[in-house]
Amino acid sequence: MAWLAIKMLVGDPVKYLGILFGVTFATLLMSQQIAIFVSLLKRTASQILDIHDADIWVMDKVTRFIDEAPALPDQDLYRVRSVPGVVSAVRLVYSQLGARLPHGGYRTVILMGLDDPSLSGAPTRFIAGSLQRLREPDAVVVDKAGYTYLFPNEPLELDRVFEMNERRARIVGICEASQPFTTLPVLFSRYSQATQYLPPNRNLMNYILVRGTPGTDQQVLCDAIESMAQTGPRPLAALTREQFAMKTVNYYMESTGIPVNFGITITLGFIVGLAITGQTFYLFVTENIRQFGALKAMGVDNTRLVGMILLQGFVAGSTGYGLGIGLAACFFEGTAHVPALEGFGMFPGLLVGIALTVMAIVTLASLLSIRKVLVLEPAMVFR
Amino acid sequence: MSHSSVDLAARCRGLVKDFVSGATAQRVLDGVDCDIPFSAMTLLVGPSGCGKTTLVSLLAGLLDPTAGEVMVLGTDIGRLRGKSKVQFRGRNIGFVFQQYNLLPALTARENAAVPMIINGAPRRRALEKSTELLERVGLATKADALPKNLSGGQQQRVAIARALVHDPRLLLCDEPTAALDAASGRTVMDLLRAVAVGPDRAVLIVTHDSRIYDRGDRMIVMADGKVTATLEEKSMFAGHEQTGAT
Repeated sequence: MAWLAIKMLVGDPVKYLGILFGVTFATLLMSQQIAIFVSLLKRTASQILDIHDADIWVMDKVTRFIDEAPALPDQDLYRVRSVPGVVSAVRLVYSQLGARLPHGGYRTVILMGLDDPSLSGAPTRFIAGSLQRLREPDAVVVDKAGYTYLFPNEPLELDRVFEMNERRARIVGICEASQPFTTLPVLFSRYSQATQYLPPNRNLMNYILVRGTPGTDQQVLCDAIESMAQTGPRPLAALTREQFAMKTVNYYMESTGIPVNFGITITLGFIVGLAITGQTFYLFVTENIRQFGALKAMGVDNTRLVGMILLQGFVAGSTGYGLGIGLAACFFEGTAHVPALEGFGMFPGLLVGIALTVMAIVTLASLLSIRKVLVLEPAMVFR
Repeated sequence: MSHSSVDLAARCRGLVKDFVSGATAQRVLDGVDCDIPFSAMTLLVGPSGCGKTTLVSLLAGLLDPTAGEVMVLGTDIGRLRGKSKVQFRGRNIGFVFQQYNLLPALTARENAAVPMIINGAPRRRALEKSTELLERVGLATKADALPKNLSGGQQQRVAIARALVHDPRLLLCDEPTAALDAASGRTVMDLLRAVAVGPDRAVLIVTHDSRIYDRGDRMIVMADGKVTATLEEKSMFAGHEQTGAT
């Protein structure tokens, strides 16, 4: 009977293509939009996730996300270093500022000032130059996408010079780094160098990067740091890398219209896919209703008919899902080198989630038709 | 001529069928008694609305009687329920419909194989058997054609092959010649006689088509939900046109 069900389905190419179109459209729209949404949200925390040589980020308790951290006095650094279980605690300044380019252009950039001796938090994958050169005067390292943003359509070249806060900055390295949410260039410099680029403030450090002794429970160490900070002039928050990344993501989820906008598109994908698939499937069954009646008369019971229709839905759903995912994959492959979309892509959880959603669409679409067949009186074939 | 019960493919006694709509019930069959013997082609005639289709639906087990008895091949089909009724129908009864009801996506060979596949036969075996049947109905060369590429007569021959592929003992035909010209109609009737009538097989044909009366062996005449005559002699058929007058 499976053979018969599939033959009936593909034997009506117009309707079959209509059903495929509905499922493919829904799959493509939902998978592409969810992938972009998740990738965008991941970008909000990309500078946190890129740093692998720190277990814990310490910051002012009022910090809501990475771009909004008040400066901390040096005493906080020393207090954190005094907490048992802390192997190292180093300063980090993370800020946005303006860069004046040689041709007169002006760009906002993200500057990460790294602890001078250890350079903790530095990038590890270099396309040109090296981390050691960061110790040279006026040295900055820039991410590749940022370089393209600063110098569009120009070859990657070291020792290019520009200004920040009327101070000279020289590119000594070009690295791979995850794109930030704002797609701004990410610059790395020594902390002492960064203080010259940033406007003068009593305090500049806004994060303390902490490494615990091997085997230390990170959550226990976070609790210990926060507990110590309760006794100081201002409370501190100590979060693991993942916790801080999630806190930043949550901020964007709760404080921006991004989830709503993407949610609307994803919901539309589901509704339009369901509408097209359901309507076409219903038409397919309606136009074959006499044939279904004949099958009933010839000895096919309702259970088998329901099985046939569900199988037809499953075949159409699987094929449309494959096409939709394939098209989404082509989109992400084709845009892999577009800076604004670099690093965007699908992930296993998404594929499973979309598969389940598509199966829900075809099952709902099938149910509309199944009802019609279940109430079909086989004697109608004699009328 | 009377038949003993062992000679009968189907027998109805006191058959009543009411269709209920809201508070009102319409009696469509009102105490029908009739026999469908083996080895014969029985015609069921009568004017529109006299209950022919209802009677054949009851014989097929597609409807349940309000009262009375419907014995088909020794089984009281009116008392069968659910899956056992569906299986009984699938194994023992063949259908030829006025509108053919072929599956448009299937070739003639595949269409003819459907009842065997429904009964669980392997697809290859079913297709072999359907090919044999198509040869018997003279459509071997059209075995791979889709219904849309066949004439009405050819489609009806495919439907006959389909109706017989699983060797049913009772063949129920609903106006098999209504959509065909006279010549094609006679061809179909001759074909039915050749392939469907046998020592333990019976054919019941519901028809309005007086052009084919001479092809039947017996005639049951209905009017107003009752059997008004059962004619065993061909010479008596001619007087019973589609008005059903007795």
